Amino acid sequence: MSSQDTLKRHHFHKPNRGLQAYAFFFMCLLYAPIMFIPLFSFSSGLYIRFPIEGWTLQWYGNLMERTAVLNALKNSVRVGLSVAVVSTFLGIFAAKALVRYRIPGKGPIIGFILLPLVVPPIIFGVALLLMVNALGIPLSLYTIAAGHIIICLPFAIATLLPRFEGYDAAMEEAAADLGENSWWVFWRVTVPIILPGIVASLLLTFTVSFDEFVMAFFLGGTDLTLPLYVWGQLRIPNAFPVVLALGTLILLFSFLLVFIGLRIGRRGAIKLVDRD
Amino acid sequence: MTVTSEVNAPAGAVRSAFAGLRRLFFKNESLRGLALLTPTLVILSITVIVPFLLMGAMSFWTQIGFDYTDDWSLRNYGIILTEPLYTTLLLRSLGMSMAATLLTVVLAYPMAYFLAFHVEKNKLIWLIIITLPFWTSYLLRVFAWRVVLGYEGVINTGLMEIGLITEPLSFLLYSKSAVVITLAHAWAAFALLPIYVSLEKIDKSVLEASADLGEGPMMRFFRVILPLSMPGVIAGTFLMFIPTVGDYVTAALVGGPDSQMIGNLIQLQFGTVDNWPMGAALAITMIISIAMVGLFFLVLSRLLTKWVKS
Repeated sequence: MSSQDTLKRHHFHKPNRGLQAYAFFFMCLLYAPIMFIPLFSFSSGLYIRFPIEGWTLQWYGNLMERTAVLNALKNSVRVGLSVAVVSTFLGIFAAKALVRYRIPGKGPIIGFILLPLVVPPIIFGVALLLMVNALGIPLSLYTIAAGHIIICLPFAIATLLPRFEGYDAAMEEAAADLGENSWWVFWRVTVPIILPGIVASLLLTFTVSFDEFVMAFFLGGTDLTLPLYVWGQLRIPNAFPVVLALGTLILLFSFLLVFIGLRIGRRGAIKLVDRD
Repeated sequence: MTVTSEVNAPAGAVRSAFAGLRRLFFKNESLRGLALLTPTLVILSITVIVPFLLMGAMSFWTQIGFDYTDDWSLRNYGIILTEPLYTTLLLRSLGMSMAATLLTVVLAYPMAYFLAFHVEKNKLIWLIIITLPFWTSYLLRVFAWRVVLGYEGVINTGLMEIGLITEPLSFLLYSKSAVVITLAHAWAAFALLPIYVSLEKIDKSVLEASADLGEGPMMRFFRVILPLSMPGVIAGTFLMFIPTVGDYVTAALVGGPDSQMIGNLIQLQFGTVDNWPMGAALAITMIISIAMVGLFFLVLSRLLTKWVKS
């Protein structure tokens, strides 16, 4: 690259103090409100207010004593795990089909699958509730999971699609030519290559389900998931500190899973660019 | 990807023997693809299409006592269109979502610009950090604003602590502005990401050309960058506007009586009011009005771009 080129490139990437300051301001705006939840969860006062009187871990202690919390946690994990496995499993085949095969009406099909990302979740929740009710199916963790699969499928497929775009179909074909049957090709060639995508999809869909509220609200029965439990506690002013402690743990856990998921999920894209 | 052509070249004689066979199966390609898609499509049909049709049908039924009749009538829609309560809530939801969307697009654009043109190292980490909150508990993000805006919340007690105010500002929470701010914050990624993608896609040589032709940074932004990023802005606007119209959690947690939205009314029909056919009719009306507003803006933006180009 000639010096003139670097000069020119530099010209457009001239550091802009104002813009940097704005980016900092934007990130604060994004994170500050959320960060008050962990901050006040350590406050010994019963109310959320400044000045903070003292620091305590008692709300976390209270949390552990509540069997309802542990039950809700267990329910959320159960729903989350099954939703993650089902939507990722379906996502693998759907993503492979969409990348590898010529399918009539591919555009509309992708649009249909991605629809739940945009349509207000209340619509899906209500519609599904009507059907479940018409069929006489009782509301339970299963109906919540069914609702979550609708929401998680787009995420699973969107995470897995670039994985299939990012590797040579030749490897599958080579294995097939060497006499492997298609099932073995899938397990021994396809799965190892797209494994990071699978892990990312599992982590992301699990978190989306774990934190999902609207679907669970409409489709839930007497068994509560964690967000439903939090919702119930929000009506009780005295329960605020415990909600803050619980919220902190949920946020920490979710942030961690999503961060790892996104890191793993996008590494494929970077490698792809490097190779070119 | 250009994968297949590269592969076929060195494939050898064995392969060419199979070529004819493969051509025979070519039509099956789409069948095989569809077979892989079938489980997903079947599940989505059962959980999305069938319930939608049922909801559409039910919106023409009438609630009587604890039961509903399934003789078809437009009664629910008549009530929605004539009772001021329903139209007010519907228009208010559209208005508040628009306000939140506008606020977010304006705030997110410079950030997206910064990411696209001024971040070179660790772009992935930046993107992850910005999108991270949107993957996690929606309920808690809305709740956070209650903590911030509450009567005894962060802002009020903070300002009192510094001595700027002596009494809490009561208008902060349970107001329209609280709902708009919370919506803007909770859905920001939906507006930011499409804008970022459209800015990122702008060919840098176009910028160089504009500079070579003597345009200053301001002109370059308004005449080159902004028009080229308009598709992203429009996409972001839609992606944020559509889901926020149906939101009910935000208004329920930080809104007051004057800031309830259509989603809250729908939720009530399935809760305490217990009028499911009306709830279904409201949901359908909401979808139709979102579609109408969307279509209006789509046509408007098309006309605008045509007008700008000519």
